[in-house]
Amino acid sequence: MDSSTTWEFIVGHVIYWLFIVLMMTGLYIVVAKGNLVKKIVGLNIFQTSVFMLYISTGKITGGTAPIFPTDMKVDPEVVYSNPLPHVLILTAIVVGVATTALGLALIVRIREEFKTIEEEEIVVIEQAIAREENEKYHRATGEIV
Amino acid sequence: MLVVTAIAVVRIRSLFGVAMFSGMFSLLSALLFVALDAVDVAFTEAAVGAGISTVLVLGTLALTSRHVRPSKRSPAIPLFVVFVTGAALIYGTLDMPNFGSPDAPAQTHVYPDYIARSQHEIGVPNIVTAILASYRGYDTLGETAVVFTAGIGVLLLISGMRRRRDDDDEDESRTS
Amino acid sequence: MRHHLILRVITKLLVGTIILFALYVQFHGDYSPGGGFQAGVIMAAAFIIYGIVFGLNKVQQVFPAWVVHKLLALGVLIYAGTGVISLFGGYAFLDYSVLTPEHPEHGQHWGILAVELGVGVTVTGVMVAVYYAFAGRPPRLGDEEW
Repeated sequence: MDSSTTWEFIVGHVIYWLFIVLMMTGLYIVVAKGNLVKKIVGLNIFQTSVFMLYISTGKITGGTAPIFPTDMKVDPEVVYSNPLPHVLILTAIVVGVATTALGLALIVRIREEFKTIEEEEIVVIEQAIAREENEKYHRATGEIV
Repeated sequence: MLVVTAIAVVRIRSLFGVAMFSGMFSLLSALLFVALDAVDVAFTEAAVGAGISTVLVLGTLALTSRHVRPSKRSPAIPLFVVFVTGAALIYGTLDMPNFGSPDAPAQTHVYPDYIARSQHEIGVPNIVTAILASYRGYDTLGETAVVFTAGIGVLLLISGMRRRRDDDDEDESRTS
Repeated sequence: MRHHLILRVITKLLVGTIILFALYVQFHGDYSPGGGFQAGVIMAAAFIIYGIVFGLNKVQQVFPAWVVHKLLALGVLIYAGTGVISLFGGYAFLDYSVLTPEHPEHGQHWGILAVELGVGVTVTGVMVAVYYAFAGRPPRLGDEEW
């Protein structure tokens, strides 16, 4: 493999790698940060970079946006970029905003119930609640385990 | 620019800043979509991401707190997981065709067929709308149903004024 | 008080333009980038910006909450209704040629318009309803703490 094709290979793929870096940043936010609102924002970043990766597979070099001229006189020489990923991603964006809205509504309710939106404090509170309920259950059934 | 914005979201403590940076991220990605010839997607992403998402996050901030409390967990395991996943993904992209090549498998299968057919069968200049509403109309019905369900879900969770912490009300809302 | 004044004036000027633009995007969805989703979001943005600047009560006088809730379901009904009409005509579900059997092309055009209208109405309803829900709760932070 001579160096020109390796260079072509790298140039052709570096944009995918950039999108993967963005994806991993989003994933890191979801996994590592404790604040719930930050997690939702990180999820949004992750989703958007997945969309970018998907759409970049549909681009054709030298192509144009997939819209015919208004009078429908289509020039057969013009190359259009692939419209199928656009359709899928359009659906995905709307579904993404729907889940974001639902997630944020859940966060508001969690704040009202637990008085906090940090994941570590919520885990502590939930464990305390589970312990209390276990004790009540054991006392009520007379220690039958 | 996008990477800088994403890293800023990771580090910033004030949630208001996080909301603003996420709006910026959406706007920049809309620009990127235009550069990738995806004008419909760019339109939707700019309207939805930079508009509605930012409004929703700000609304949540008004109902919850404004700052992030510092976390005591070490970032070692998440970093390790992220690196391993990233490496696996990069290994996966090695098989992908070069960016923009016209003879990739994604470009040869259904797409020339759609472009040829949609001129005669539908006669609508915007191919994306034609596919979305006519060829793949069933998927769009499902998507409308998803948006509807999410709206109903939010209304169920947060509608009306906050009730007083009455014990009966709390029990009812927990078991329903 | 002064910056509130600028916001109010500009919002009053802009809201009409935004709604007009949303209608344009909705009905030109087949000639230029656009369509139901974008138009729904932009229309909702007009009401949201009015609500943010002038207060929730005023915007609910124009667009009451019960109307929004009915709109949510109406959009899905329009969409599915178009599909069911095709069933009544003897064609497959969501096959738009039933609307003008002589010219299947025109039928597609009408079908796409109807379907996008349904989508736009539902998306507007959902976004405005979510905003009403979030803004209807008493806020936890006062105006000065921002």
